[in-house]
Amino acid sequence: MIRVEDLHLHFGGIRAVDGASVNIAKGSITGLIGPNGAGKSTLFNVIAGLYRPTSGKVWLDGEDVTGLSPHALFHKGLLRTFQIAHEFASLTVRENLMMVPAEQPGEVLWDAWFKPGRVRAREAEVRARADEVIDFLEIPHVADELAGNLSGGQKKLLELGRTMMVDAKIVFLDEVGAGVNRTLLNTIGDAILRLNRERGYTFCMVEHDMDFIGRLCDPVIVMAEGKVLTVGHPAEVMKNEAVIEAYLGRGLKNRKASAMGPA
Amino acid sequence: MDVLNALVLFLNFVMIPATAYGAQLALGALGVTLIYAVLRFSNFAHGDMMAFGTMLVVLVTWGLQSLGVSLGPLPTALLALPIGILGTIVLALVTDASVYRFYRSKRSEPVIFVIASVGVMFVYNALTRFVIGTDDQRFEDGARFVVKVGDFRKWSGLDEGLAIRTSQLITVVVMILTVAFVFWFLQKTRTGKAMRAYSDNEDLALLSGISPERVVRITWILAAALAVIAGTLYGLDKSFRPFTYFQLLLPIFAAAIVGGIGHPLGAVAGGFVVAYSEVMVTYAYKGVLTYLLPEAWRPEGLVQMLGTDYKFAVSFIILVVVLLIRPTGIFRGRTI
Ligand SMILES: Nc1ncnc2c1ncn2[C@@H]1O[C@H](COP(=O)(O)OP(=O)(O)OP(=O)(O)O)[C@@H](O)[C@H]1O
Ligand SMILES: [Mg+2]
Repeated sequence: MIRVEDLHLHFGGIRAVDGASVNIAKGSITGLIGPNGAGKSTLFNVIAGLYRPTSGKVWLDGEDVTGLSPHALFHKGLLRTFQIAHEFASLTVRENLMMVPAEQPGEVLWDAWFKPGRVRAREAEVRARADEVIDFLEIPHVADELAGNLSGGQKKLLELGRTMMVDAKIVFLDEVGAGVNRTLLNTIGDAILRLNRERGYTFCMVEHDMDFIGRLCDPVIVMAEGKVLTVGHPAEVMKNEAVIEAYLGRGLKNRKASAMGPA
Repeated sequence: MDVLNALVLFLNFVMIPATAYGAQLALGALGVTLIYAVLRFSNFAHGDMMAFGTMLVVLVTWGLQSLGVSLGPLPTALLALPIGILGTIVLALVTDASVYRFYRSKRSEPVIFVIASVGVMFVYNALTRFVIGTDDQRFEDGARFVVKVGDFRKWSGLDEGLAIRTSQLITVVVMILTVAFVFWFLQKTRTGKAMRAYSDNEDLALLSGISPERVVRITWILAAALAVIAGTLYGLDKSFRPFTYFQLLLPIFAAAIVGGIGHPLGAVAGGFVVAYSEVMVTYAYKGVLTYLLPEAWRPEGLVQMLGTDYKFAVSFIILVVVLLIRPTGIFRGRTI
């Protein structure tokens, strides 16, 4: 589905992504882990078109999409969430969600004035979908609140909700679970599984919570210092010496290994 | 009686002209603020965009007048206004496609856009002067007054007269309609919401269904229309001279910044704050005080805080003070 080939992105002297090659299979929930500053978010940013890579290629379904604009990638069904939640602060939660679907006739002045019926019909459709998402995320009480006033965790939910507003092919989740309470985290996990099974979304997710990763993801990609260290089943990856060295730290080895449980 | 006379004097020479001027600044500042909110730069070419659009209106007005077309008591310029707006929209869109789009695709810093807009300003300026010259042009026609000094005196029995010019009344009416439309557009329509979304968070807007080029286009269309309306109203009220419009840039930016740049309501409020300050500070209060004070205290001088030649200093001082004390303006800026 997504193939990343020898990707580099350098910020001046910092090699945020330094020759990463990644494959994400269609229909999978691929985990992406690694220490802070490993380049995970930067890799997402390059894939989603926010940054142009210094060198390397990104393929989506066999098509070279390197350097395409985020907007063009969105139209190809590639969605992403932000590690630091982004929102349209001066719009309500519902309006935030309703902003996502593209090509709404109300956006074209001509249609807005001369085909009000069509505009209204489409708007009702989008609104109904937004309400579904709001119910799904169990946030109906803040539906008409300005998104800027939400709590950090609620903003994370809104990030996830946005990806449910259209039929995506692949969704990149950058720490959607961070700062969200346990119960909600489970709900999010269930939502991801359901979207994966029922709607056929492919996911690639960065997460620091190993239980969460272990429950959802297979395979897991481990990054460190801009490079891919290893790829594999979560339980195997946790046993890998290089991963333990780079990520878990030696002292944590035993505790983490047992927390993962038997594969 | 003296109090009433003083009041009428004040209304006639301060409140009425300042309200009309404020409405013109408000419309100008609204255009500047929309560009700032969506495209994230201060458009220095806005004054000259106003001049270009007004020039088109003047030319079309002359054409209509020579054909004998008129609106009766209303100025013919109102009929020419839509054509001026269309022409200026074309100019703005061509400029965007040939200049700003290039820097957008390179994701350039705002300061680059500002410098580019200074270049655009010189081009617009030259274009306008090339076509119509640098002189004062009058294009007001129709009935000059809604309320005449003589009629008012007769009606009220006061010594002082009050006049309301047609252009002043039209300015205020058109400004209210235009601002109401812009606010409705931003709050209620899908496109307006897309503009606000884009202004709130560009990165997120790029990663959703909002078409950035479409949002940018609509913003230029609105800004160009606002510029021509503001310019034409100012021209009807005073007169049309290209250089004056360049000078208007200062009070317009002062208005946008006082209100909180990027904030449409702020731009409107700021327009009036700047206009009232400017007119009040440069008005000679001798007449008003002569009515109000006992004979012994009557002033001999003009009681004018600042000569009208220095009126731009008022905008400048407002600008500096606001930037020092409350850089976000009356309303917290940078959102629409
Ligand atoms: N815009 C930028 N300009 C300069 N350096 C950057 C920029 N963005 C990221 N970096 C650097 O690139 C490196 C990788 O950052 P990145 O955000 O991708 O890490 P990460 O793996 O997502 O970490 P975390 O787990 O903390 O989110 C870091 O050293 C960071 O300082
Ligand atoms: Mg990150």
